[in-house]
Amino acid sequence: MTEDELIWRIAGGSGDGIASTSQNFAKALMRAGLHVFTHRHYPSRIRGGHTYTEVRVSADEVKSRGDGYNFLLALGDSFARNPQENAYYGNEEIKPLSENLDELHEGGVIIYDSGLLDPSEIENFDERVEENNWHVYDIDLRSMAREHGREVMRNTAGVGVTCALTGIELEWIEELMESAMPEKILEPNIEILNEAYDMIHEEYDVDAPDVKVPSGEHDEEQVLLSGSDAIAYGALDEGCRFIAGYPMTPWTEVFTIMSQNLPEVGGISEQVEDEIAAAALAIGASHAGAKAMSGSSGGGFALMGEPLGLAEMTETPVVLVEAMRAGPSTGMPTKPEQSDLEHVLYTSQGDSQRIVFAPGTAAEAYKQTRKAFEIAYEYQIPSIVLYDQKLGGELANVPASVFDEEPNPSLGSTLTEAELEDAPHSDTGKYKRFQHDVEDGVSPRSIPGQKGGRFLATGNEHTPEGHISESPENRVAQLNRRVQKTEAIRAELDTSSKDDSHQTYYGPEDADYGLITFGSQQGTVEEAVDVLNENGHSVKSLGVSDMMPFAEEEVAEFIESVDEALVVEMTASAQFRGLMQKELGLYGEKLSSLLKYNGNPFEPAEVVEGFEVNIIEDDELDHNRMKFVPSAGD
Amino acid sequence: MSAFSAIGEEREIDREEFTPGLEPQPTWCPGCGDFGVLKALKQALPEVGRTPDETMLVTGIGCSGKLNSYLDSYGFHTIHGRSLPVARAAKLANPGLEVIAAGGDGDGYGIGGNHFMHTARENHDMTYIVFNNEIFGLTKGQTSPTSPKGHKSKTQPHGSAKEPLRPLSLSLTSGASYVARTAAVNPNQAKEILIEAMNHDGFAHVDFLTQCPTWNKDARQYVPYIDVQDSDDYDFDPTDRREAAEMMHETEDALHEGKVLTGRFYVDEERPSYQQEKQNIGEMPEEPLAARYFDEDYEWERSYDMFLDKHK
Repeated sequence: MTEDELIWRIAGGSGDGIASTSQNFAKALMRAGLHVFTHRHYPSRIRGGHTYTEVRVSADEVKSRGDGYNFLLALGDSFARNPQENAYYGNEEIKPLSENLDELHEGGVIIYDSGLLDPSEIENFDERVEENNWHVYDIDLRSMAREHGREVMRNTAGVGVTCALTGIELEWIEELMESAMPEKILEPNIEILNEAYDMIHEEYDVDAPDVKVPSGEHDEEQVLLSGSDAIAYGALDEGCRFIAGYPMTPWTEVFTIMSQNLPEVGGISEQVEDEIAAAALAIGASHAGAKAMSGSSGGGFALMGEPLGLAEMTETPVVLVEAMRAGPSTGMPTKPEQSDLEHVLYTSQGDSQRIVFAPGTAAEAYKQTRKAFEIAYEYQIPSIVLYDQKLGGELANVPASVFDEEPNPSLGSTLTEAELEDAPHSDTGKYKRFQHDVEDGVSPRSIPGQKGGRFLATGNEHTPEGHISESPENRVAQLNRRVQKTEAIRAELDTSSKDDSHQTYYGPEDADYGLITFGSQQGTVEEAVDVLNENGHSVKSLGVSDMMPFAEEEVAEFIESVDEALVVEMTASAQFRGLMQKELGLYGEKLSSLLKYNGNPFEPAEVVEGFEVNIIEDDELDHNRMKFVPSAGD
Repeated sequence: MSAFSAIGEEREIDREEFTPGLEPQPTWCPGCGDFGVLKALKQALPEVGRTPDETMLVTGIGCSGKLNSYLDSYGFHTIHGRSLPVARAAKLANPGLEVIAAGGDGDGYGIGGNHFMHTARENHDMTYIVFNNEIFGLTKGQTSPTSPKGHKSKTQPHGSAKEPLRPLSLSLTSGASYVARTAAVNPNQAKEILIEAMNHDGFAHVDFLTQCPTWNKDARQYVPYIDVQDSDDYDFDPTDRREAAEMMHETEDALHEGKVLTGRFYVDEERPSYQQEKQNIGEMPEEPLAARYFDEDYEWERSYDMFLDKHK
C-alpha cells in the first residue's frame, strides 16, 4: 500500500494504559517534526471495556481523526468481564482486535498480543486478512512485558513493535519516556521497548515497511494539547483565579487542569456539593471581585440554569463552560454529541442575556475562552464556552506561539474607590449600580468592601440602587438596558475582517456549494472540503463559533454566496440548522442537514459521502450511521 | 490607599447607618418575628465593629430574603436556597468582609439543605441566620420542613405525615462549629448570640425562631422562652459534642411540646476555619484574592511561562 500517513490505533481495555501510551507516542512524533491528531474512544467504566485511541500522523497539517485507520495495535482487554462466556457485553477480551476491523485500510498492519488474544475466536479472520491484504504480526507482548517488568507494560512492547515496523527511530520514544516516566518504571519500560524492537528486526524483514511513517519538520515550536487544556489556559491568562465545580465527564478535564494549576498562581479551586452550588460560588466570587468560572456537562449544566439566570439579572460576570456529551439524561457519558446547543442557549427563565461561543479547535478554544472572559467582565454578563467530548479530549499539535500572549486580569467595568466618590449615589448614600441611561447599557459595578459602593444585587427586577421594584417604567428601562448590552456585544464581535472573526472560512471563495458546521466538527468538515474539491466538486466551508449573539451577517453572507449548503452537526434534531433559520428567518430552501448521533464523531469521508449522495446524486444513504434531512426546497 | 478601605476601618458606628433611606420601613406583617432579626442585627453589627460597606449580607427567597432590602450594607438577594454558596465564595474571594447569610427554614433546611450541610461541614468563617417560623409564609402558609407532624395546610390537607427536620442536630452532625437558637421575642439574647456568631472563627449557625402571625397563628409566639444557659434545669457543656447533641435533641422535641429552649448549644473554638485549612495546604492565597485585581504592581502569571513546557 502507499499511504503518506499513519493512523495508529492502540486498542485495549480501560486500565491498559491506552491513554498515556498514545499520548506519549503522539508527543514523540510531534517532537520528531510531524503533525499529530488523536481520537479517543472509551466506555464509562473504571476497568475493562473496549477502549482505543487513534493517533494520526502526517507530514502535513491534520485537522481530524482521519478516515478509518491503517495500523492496529490490539492489546486485548486485560480487565474483560467473563471473557469466555457469552456475556452481555460480548467477548470483551477480543474486542480490541475484532471491533471496527472493517475500518482497517486495505494493506494495513495488525499487531496483536498473542499472549492474550486468539484470532480464531473472530469469524472468518484469516479470510478477511487475505481479502484485505492485511499484514498480521502475532507477538506475545504479555510474556515480553512480564519478563522485564509488569504485565501492563505490554503497551510499551507494542510501541517497540510499531516503531520497528514503521521505521520510527527509537530514540524519539526513549527521550519521551525519560521525561514522562518516573525512575522506577523507566528502566523496565526502556528494556521492553528495545527488546520488542530488536526482536522484530531479527525475526522479520522490515526493510520495506508495510506502513511507513513520513518524515517532517515544523517551522515553529509545537505543543501537544487538548481543547480542555486550551480552555484552561485561556481562563488563566484572562486572570481567572477561582473555579468551582463538581465532577462530570467530560467537563472534569477542564476542572482538573484548573485545580492542579490554580494553587501555583495563587488561585482557588473549590470542589463542591453540586452544580447549583458550583455556579453559585462562581457568581459569589465574581461579585466579590475575582475572575471566576464554573462549568459542567449536560446534566450538571441543567442544574446551573437558575444561577445562570441570577447572573444575568444581577449582571454578575461569570464564565461557564459546557462540555457536551450524548444525551438526553445520562445518555452516553463518554461519547461526543452537540445536542446541548439549545439547552445552553435557552436554559433558565425569562429573556436570556448571555454569550455563547463554540470554538472549533484548541487554538480557537484558547482565544474564545479569553474573549468570553473579556466580554463577561466588560459587559457584566455570563459567557458560556460550549464544546464537547471530542474537542475537549483530542490532542493535536498547536504552535506554541498561539499561547504567547499577554495576560489580561482586568475586572472590566468596575470602579475604584476614588472613582466611586464621583459616581451617582442615592440621597441616602447607596451607589446607583444599575443606572438606566449608560453607554452600551453597561453600568459599572462596585465591589463589596469598597467605601461608598454599597448596593443591593437581587434576582428581582430592581431600581438603579438595586432595590426591588415592579414599576412598569423601571422594568422596561432596565430590561431594555440589559438587552442593549447584547447588541453592543454583537457589534463588538462583528469584525469586518474574516481573519479576526470567530467564524472560520475554508475552501475556494467562489465555490458553488457550502458546508456549514459549528464547534468541534470544523476540522473534519475542512478535510472533507479538500476531498470534495479533489473529487471535482466546488465546495467551501464555514465553521461558526458565535452562537449567541449569533453571527448573523457572516452566516447570511456565506449562504447567499452558494447555491446550496449542507449543515453538518452531531445532533438528531438539526438544532444548529434550526438556530440559523430562527436567527436569519430565511434560507429554508437552501439548507439541508447531515446529522450523526451514534456516539462517534464524523469522519471526513462520511461528510464527503453525505454530500455526494444527498446533494449531488439526490439519492439516499444506504446505512444508518448518519441521517440526511432535506431542505424545505426539496 | 487600600482597594477596600472600608475593611478594618476603625471608627464609631451608629446602628442607624444600617437603616436604608430607600426602604426604612419593612413590608413584613405587623407582629412578624422578622423585625426581631433586623433589630438584633442592627444592634450587633456596630458592636462587632463592622460598617455597612464592609458587610455583605446574602439572602435567599421568602419574607426573610427581604432582610437586605431593610438593612443597609452590600447585599446579595439570591435565589431560593442558594444564599450559602454565593456567600461562602465571597468570603473566599475577600476574607476581610463580614459575611452573613440569611434565609427561611424552607430556604435553608429544604431546598438549600444540601448547601447547608456542606457549608457547615467546610466550616466557613461566616454567620448563617435561619428565620425559622415553621411555615412557608410568603407563598401563603404551606407546610415547611420544620412544621410539626400533623400540621395542616392547603398543601397538606390531612396534616403532614412527616416528622419535622431537626435543624440543630443536623447542623452539629454536618460540622458547624457554633450552633445556637434564639427567638425574635428575646431581643437581648438574640443580639448577644449574633455578636458571638459574628465573632466566631468558623461556621456559626443561628436558628432564629421568628413567629409568623399571619400564617402560623396556631403556633406559639415562642413565649415563654427558656435560656438553657440561664436555667438551672439544664446542665450541659456546649463544648462537649455528645452533651450538645443530647441537649439539641431534647430542645427539638420540647419545641413541639410547647417549651421554647434557646441559647448556645454547641461551641467549638478549636476547629480551624475553612480558610485556615485551605491556606494550610497551600490552596488559598494569604492576601485577599479580590485585592490582587486592584494591585497595579502585581505581575500576573502567563500559562505560556508556567504550564506550556509539559506539552512540548
